Amino acid sequence: MNLTLRIWRQRDAGSAGAMTTYEVKGISEDMSFLEMLDHLNEELILAGDEPVAFDHDCREGICGACGMVINGAAHGPERTTTCQLHMRHFSDGDTIDVEPWRAAAFPVVKDLVVDRSAFDRIIGAGGYVSAPTGSAPDAHATPVPKPAADLAFEHAECIGCGACVAACPNGSAMLFTSAKVVHLNVLPQGAPERESRVLDMVDTMDAQGFGGCTNTGECATACPKGIPLTAIGRMNREYLRATVKGRG
Amino acid sequence: MALATRTERSPSLIGTLWRSTVGKKAVMATTGLIMLAYLVAHMMGNLKVFFGPGEFNHYGHWIRTIGEPFLHRTWFLWIARVVLAASVVLHGVAAYQLSRRDLAARPAKYERKRARASYATRTMRWGGVILGLFVVWHILDLTTLTVNPNAEEGRPYQNLVASFDRWWVSAFYIAAMLALGLHIRHGFWSAAQTLGANSPRRDRAFKVIANGLAALLTLGFLAVPIGVLTGIVS
Ligand code: HEM
Ligand code: SF4
Ligand code: FES
Repeated sequence: MNLTLRIWRQRDAGSAGAMTTYEVKGISEDMSFLEMLDHLNEELILAGDEPVAFDHDCREGICGACGMVINGAAHGPERTTTCQLHMRHFSDGDTIDVEPWRAAAFPVVKDLVVDRSAFDRIIGAGGYVSAPTGSAPDAHATPVPKPAADLAFEHAECIGCGACVAACPNGSAMLFTSAKVVHLNVLPQGAPERESRVLDMVDTMDAQGFGGCTNTGECATACPKGIPLTAIGRMNREYLRATVKGRG
Repeated sequence: MALATRTERSPSLIGTLWRSTVGKKAVMATTGLIMLAYLVAHMMGNLKVFFGPGEFNHYGHWIRTIGEPFLHRTWFLWIARVVLAASVVLHGVAAYQLSRRDLAARPAKYERKRARASYATRTMRWGGVILGLFVVWHILDLTTLTVNPNAEEGRPYQNLVASFDRWWVSAFYIAAMLALGLHIRHGFWSAAQTLGANSPRRDRAFKVIANGLAALLTLGFLAVPIGVLTGIVS
């Protein structure tokens, strides 16, 4: 199939960017969206142009690197990552808009690449558990109730892609932060930092310049891993509980 | 040697809440629910207008005497007024501050983006502004009687009918009540989420209650101007 691409081109963080139009021909419907961009980049390189910069790593939907907004939707029309999005979801002759994540806390580095280190700082503030190192603990030393394990697992699926922030009209990181807080706070291993984790992660989230939550729900609709909107409600409960109780 | 411990005094509960986006939203949710609870009572009281001036004016008089003899006359009324005024101000200031922050956090728009959120969700800010202006007008009209054409202290029924007899007052009132319905439709469920009461199991129930409350309040409040405009109340 033949497609018209309108892609955000921006030389570096300091320059102004613009949508630039490219025509690509002979795209197979079995290609992934990233393979289609690879194809475009090969042509650009042969023509002596600068290839389009985009983030990618695993190309199997687990690393969360490949974020971009396709036709106004984070990761495009299917609920998956861009690397797992196939060209069969588009039709011959389509015009496709490709833009970087837009959020004050995710500045554009180049073209479609944004700096998501604000997420790393949120994780650094509390996305860990304290564990003795040195000797391996007994496998069953800490019993985990099955419902807690399931809940933790559901929220541990977050791959830190940032689609929730990109989709949110407020550029809010509440879905990401709540996925991490719920994942660790429901487990007995996370109990020692239960209060400080949520207080510090929310503080850091605010300090990075993310917006607040208006319970719009765009985040959960865009999340490729299906993190539920109720995660935010659970984190709000943890936060209010921790403010009343203190750091523990 | 003992490990160093944190010695700085921990910040106050209210201060911590007001400084974080999650806490400020909790203030909004709490003040919103206080106003919502008041509006349910207010709406039921209003419906007494359909039973004639005697009953409605008697009700208006009774409001001033609630709590007697434990409380002095009008004390209860003043306590309610102070709580409500504080709620409106806190709610509005929190809404303004959070909205400013939210807009700054998302400086660039996408080329084509279809909004997926419901109409009620997308109109919370402008709907809130309409409600704020309405509250000011409503107090000047029927409480202080500053802009009321009848303005007879102690005769709320006559003041109300005189006010709604002006079509544009009724029109503004009706628009504000529709805005209120939308505000509650999103707001009640949102408050449940903000205060951490929501869960996958309760999610549907909170949405149903939110719609029920929105419909109840809108219809209940709309009955009065419609009653006056159609001559049922005169
Ligand atoms: C003074 C005028 C008002 C303004 C400017 C205002 C504005 C807002 C805004 C911007 C929100 C946040 C919406 C969101 O996060 O999506 C909100 C939430 C809410 N409002 Fe209002 N509002 C006003 C009056 C009222 C009134 C009169 C009520 C009483 C029924 C009310 C009840 C609520 C509730 C329950 C919420 C939900 C809080 C939450 O999202 O957690 N508001 N309001
Ligand atoms: S919550 Fe979902 S959308 Fe947000 S970072 Fe995690 S996986 Fe991505
Ligand atoms: S490249 Fe790893 S999730 Fe897409």
